[in-house]
Amino acid sequence: MSAHIRNTSSMDRRRFLQDSARGLTGCAVAGMGLAYFISDARALPAQALRPPGALSEPDFLAACIRCGLCVRDCPYDTLVLAELGEDGAATGTPYFTARDIPCEMCEDIPCVAACPTGALDKDLTNIDDADMGVAVLIDEETCLNALGLRCDVCYRVCPVIDEAITLERSHNERSGHHAIFMPTVHADKCTGCGKCEKSCVLPNEAAIKVLPRRIARADAADHYKLGWEDRNPLVDDLIDLPDRLPGPGTDNLVAPGGYLPATEGIPEASMDGGFNPGLKLPGTGGSN
Amino acid sequence: MSNKTKLPVGQEAIEEFGWMYAHRFLLLRRATQFFFLAIFLLGPWFGIWWFKGNLSGSMTFNFLPLNDPFITVQSFAALHWPETTALIGAVIVGVIYALIGGRVYCSWVCPINPVTDGAHWIHEKLGMQKGWQPKHNTRYWILAMVVAVSAATGTIAWEFVNPISMLHRGLIFGMGFAWAFVVAVFLFDIFVSRRGWCGHLCPVGTFYGLLGTKSVVRISAVKRSECDDCMDCFAVCPEMHVISPALRGKDEDTALILSPDCTNCGRCIDVCAMDVFKFTHRFDDTPAPGRVQRTRTQPATGASKAA
Ligand code: SF4
Ligand code: SF4
Ligand code: SF4
Ligand code: SF4
Repeated sequence: MSAHIRNTSSMDRRRFLQDSARGLTGCAVAGMGLAYFISDARALPAQALRPPGALSEPDFLAACIRCGLCVRDCPYDTLVLAELGEDGAATGTPYFTARDIPCEMCEDIPCVAACPTGALDKDLTNIDDADMGVAVLIDEETCLNALGLRCDVCYRVCPVIDEAITLERSHNERSGHHAIFMPTVHADKCTGCGKCEKSCVLPNEAAIKVLPRRIARADAADHYKLGWEDRNPLVDDLIDLPDRLPGPGTDNLVAPGGYLPATEGIPEASMDGGFNPGLKLPGTGGSN
Repeated sequence: MSNKTKLPVGQEAIEEFGWMYAHRFLLLRRATQFFFLAIFLLGPWFGIWWFKGNLSGSMTFNFLPLNDPFITVQSFAALHWPETTALIGAVIVGVIYALIGGRVYCSWVCPINPVTDGAHWIHEKLGMQKGWQPKHNTRYWILAMVVAVSAATGTIAWEFVNPISMLHRGLIFGMGFAWAFVVAVFLFDIFVSRRGWCGHLCPVGTFYGLLGTKSVVRISAVKRSECDDCMDCFAVCPEMHVISPALRGKDEDTALILSPDCTNCGRCIDVCAMDVFKFTHRFDDTPAPGRVQRTRTQPATGASKAA
């Protein structure tokens, strides 16, 4: 009898373990499927811009509950919730398409005020600090201003005119005696509202487009020091380094034999970066 | 087994009380389900913006926030601490369902419920086999899986596929291809698994079930001694395993249906011609004598008509 009981209980345990293993495996497979689907579905197309104050995309998807309250409180019907299968953001999340309806940069930012979760960050209190994207003059071959005409529409409509977009004058090489007023976006001031893209007079696609910052901007090259920028210690140091000069053993073109009489071809000591007789020359030429 | 078992479900109740009365909770539920959709359509359709948002999160009269606590939990798992508004909304909803029964959400609010009820109706009409029936604890595994995936992907994971929000939000804000998820659930319930989605898989229902484990509002088989074994309650109940302990209990067993799986849908009340069931609260200790054992022995399983 007791053997029988032990037997059933061990069978029960076996059964339990089997069921658990089955449940666990099934759920692990389903979970991986779900995770894969998510990684696929969260791709955000370049033309889908998030509302003002939206957290960075990964944080946004942890926060936005897709309630659409931001959509409801936008007075210009700028925002929409993405529908499944269209070329928008992850299903049900809010975005806007600048060419359809741009953001009017409401001063009281009602969309941010409406968001219950903080997916749109309440720290954004001045709409000029919004960063929905960056406008890029994407087609310099069709932009009318770039062709030397005076369209100027994107510049005129910009709510941050003369800061976010300026018209940069240059010589018109084609006509020889006109100017080109190039619409030029300054990324630190551009809010990505999309008014310029909406207003671009070209049919269909705009020559200026708002793109998410992650696409529009390249990282600054911090391994290059820009010598014209003020107070750059590394550059200041570099200026003091000795210039490479002809001397014995070098392959300097000025002195094919590696030897030059001291009186010829040496820059004036007074010239900037010129020869400084007080310096000791490097033996085989440095690489600076 | 009584001869009445062979009659269509609810037949005696309809004959006894009339069709309307024998469907009163069903009709009420359809009305509330419609209500929770219609109030959000007042805005987009008629410009009356009393209720904004959807079931995931809403704002009523620009004053009362309501938020889905399950979504909030996933947000926590994804390491986002929501703002106070959403937290208050989630607590309000959570407390309400903890009191009235978590799965009241399923049968009185959720827009997928009419879909799966419809699928079940067709399933029965087609005389389908019950099909794949996952283990009872599968739903808890799935719930855990969803929270784990939220944590792993740093997203509110279930909202990428949740047919409830696809349907509710879709009807209010625009659907796209989201109807495919709803159709999938519908077909799944007809052809693959009887009562499969709501009864075994949906993590939202599971979450609300857990939330309502100690809920105050409960169904009681208080007049269980009058049960004549027509089996209609078992046939109509979406979670029929919850009925036996109460209905078949002895004198000393409680007549309350205490399983968190019970959706408080009230269909058992509708279909019972003997008026055995009623809505009550969990502290109700009205004496409910068990049935007098008949001379004819009853079959142990009560689900023959449903199975
Ligand atoms: S700032 Fe105004 S126009 Fe822009 S998205 Fe928000 S509510 Fe709409
Ligand atoms: S209001 Fe906030 S949580 Fe709701 S959809 Fe908009 S961004 Fe998402
Ligand atoms: S998107 Fe265009 S209009 Fe808007 S701030 Fe930037 S440059 Fe100006
Ligand atoms: S026991 Fe009654 S109220 Fe509960 S789910 Fe079943 S039919 Fe509905």
